[in-house]
Amino acid sequence: MLAETLLVARKDLRVEWRAKIALGQVAPLALLILVVLAFALDANSSLLELGAGGLYWVAVLYGGTLLIQRSFDVETDDGNMDAFRMSAIGAPSLFLGKSLALFVQIGLLELVLGSGIAVLYNVRVADWWLLLVAAAAGTVAFSVCGVLWGAMSAGLRVRATLLPLLLVPVLVPILLAGSRAFETALGVRADAGWTWASLMLVIAAVHTAIGFGAFGFLLEEG
Amino acid sequence: MTSVTHSKAKMTATATTRVLGVLAIAATALMAVLGLLISPADVIQGEAVRMLYIHVPSIWIAYGAFVLTSVSSILFLRGRKRREDRGRHYDRLAGSAAEVGVVFTGITLVTGMLWGKVTWGTYWQWDARLTTTVLLFVTYLGYLALRRLPADPIVRSRRAAVMALISFINVPIVHYSVDWWRTLHQKASLSVGRRPEITGEMYWTLLYSTLAVTIVAAWLIIHRYRVIRLEELRDEEALAALISSRLGKDDGSN
Amino acid sequence: MSAVVEFEEVVAVAGAFPVLTGLDLRVDQGEVVLLRGENGAGKTSFLRACAGLISVSSGDAHVLGFDMRVDRRAPRRYIGLLGHENNLYRDLWVREHVEFRATAAGAAESDTDAALIRVGVSKKLWTVPIGSLSAGQRRKVAIASLVVGRPRLWLLDEPHASLDTESRENLDLILAEASQLGATIIFASHESPLTQGIASRVITMGGGRVLEDSGAS
Repeated sequence: MLAETLLVARKDLRVEWRAKIALGQVAPLALLILVVLAFALDANSSLLELGAGGLYWVAVLYGGTLLIQRSFDVETDDGNMDAFRMSAIGAPSLFLGKSLALFVQIGLLELVLGSGIAVLYNVRVADWWLLLVAAAAGTVAFSVCGVLWGAMSAGLRVRATLLPLLLVPVLVPILLAGSRAFETALGVRADAGWTWASLMLVIAAVHTAIGFGAFGFLLEEG
Repeated sequence: MTSVTHSKAKMTATATTRVLGVLAIAATALMAVLGLLISPADVIQGEAVRMLYIHVPSIWIAYGAFVLTSVSSILFLRGRKRREDRGRHYDRLAGSAAEVGVVFTGITLVTGMLWGKVTWGTYWQWDARLTTTVLLFVTYLGYLALRRLPADPIVRSRRAAVMALISFINVPIVHYSVDWWRTLHQKASLSVGRRPEITGEMYWTLLYSTLAVTIVAAWLIIHRYRVIRLEELRDEEALAALISSRLGKDDGSN
Repeated sequence: MSAVVEFEEVVAVAGAFPVLTGLDLRVDQGEVVLLRGENGAGKTSFLRACAGLISVSSGDAHVLGFDMRVDRRAPRRYIGLLGHENNLYRDLWVREHVEFRATAAGAAESDTDAALIRVGVSKKLWTVPIGSLSAGQRRKVAIASLVVGRPRLWLLDEPHASLDTESRENLDLILAEASQLGATIIFASHESPLTQGIASRVITMGGGRVLEDSGAS
């Protein structure tokens, strides 16, 4: 199963590498969101510094949702879902493979955004370890949820607006936990950042378990 | 096969639901009397406390309805292969329960906001309960949106069932995270979300209101279920007509 | 000779429409079967039902020995399906895509080159993104993706579409070779004059059923 997972992940990443959507379009757009948020908050530097953790995750949420949509657009285009269904690759491997590829893509997005808040919002990192672990945990949770819910709305019409509607309520705990963990890591607040990070891992674990069980089922039509 | 146009099931009312309906009206009337007239005003909140007789039972019933949705979804997914109709009645039950649940969640939010306006002075507070209720509302609104999509009905039912389960598992996660978030940021000055002490007559009124609302909800769910069933019957008939017309056309033509 | 496809009174429904209305058909191993019929006759639905992509609501359906009413996913790994769409990742290079399909099907990576050559995709195109190819070239890449998996049952829906004359003849040769090696081929096509040559049997469908069968077994 590991080989199949890596095969699928490599394929997804290679598609991305050739198309350059994540780097070329989504990352700049998400970065722009950070700028726009600064305008909305009147470039109040103390506000921005306080809110950097939350604003970062909002931008990740936005860009990540676009990446998830794109990941499934690739599969529903040209009837590729049929090829998936006919394939000897097991559904759990498909699930993990796409999650892994998404993890890498969203991770790259976060690198860009992280630099963004460092520069634009003038943050200082108090706890690097917590920051990286929280970012990783949130990204894992985001990827797994995204693939699961992406599959649920894939191939159905009006997908472009349905996916965010279904996905965002699910992502709210991740947004919440990520923001609070980041605030601790950025020294803005003395909170239980590690507990928030572990909450995100729990969310990731729960959704991975569900994905294992339900993904094959979700891929079928009728 | 029962024909929609000829069957007695033209209306969704039966003896059972008529009795239930009458009970519902009577119970609600009594609830209004108890809630508005007989039970006392609260020491601190005054008359505003009466809003709670709708607000609290509504959210309890909503939770109950969503539990029903989830259990039905599980049963639907499990029963697919063994039954002739593939357990469709569980799917219908899941859908009707969710709709009623969303309606009552909406009622909870509106009554909560009105109550908040009177007691706290604002329509909204970022306390744990209100926030999780809003998320619950949007989540199941999404579920209903999924159920309404133009797609193969079986695909749609299956995905909706999976979504119902995942959403339900999400509820404690959302609740825990939001709750914890708010307790960390408890403002000392405002006793946010504190319910009044419920004793005596108010307690019994509240309990009774829950019963009344349950009866209303049950009536709604049954009727909604039957409407869904009728819609499916109509679609099945259209399908059978199509099959026979296709078969009829190709006997000695082309 | 074992039966590869056995359908008895099969009814299949897609959404609210009955796409197969009591279909009876038996195809044995090694046969090359041509499906004919007007648009809407049910050719595509039949192929998809054989692939297990649509479920059978009534009747008996067995593909490669598997009961499709019990588990329609079971025979898929032995089946090569070429539908109307090509199932190509338009951003990938030709070779990358076929390589992915090859590895997913359990074939060796070297089989990729062989398949591409056999299908007639020139080496110059191997490092070109699929999105920039012409319709005919893309069809050939799709065929290569199927060929590389060496399926036991080939289900092809208008495989000759978009192909030029030379490529069509080449495809017919490929099909003939595969059949000789033991594969069973069922393909739907409007190109009767050209393709009847390789088919050992012609079936005409209409209204979701079999109307004529040139070689019932």
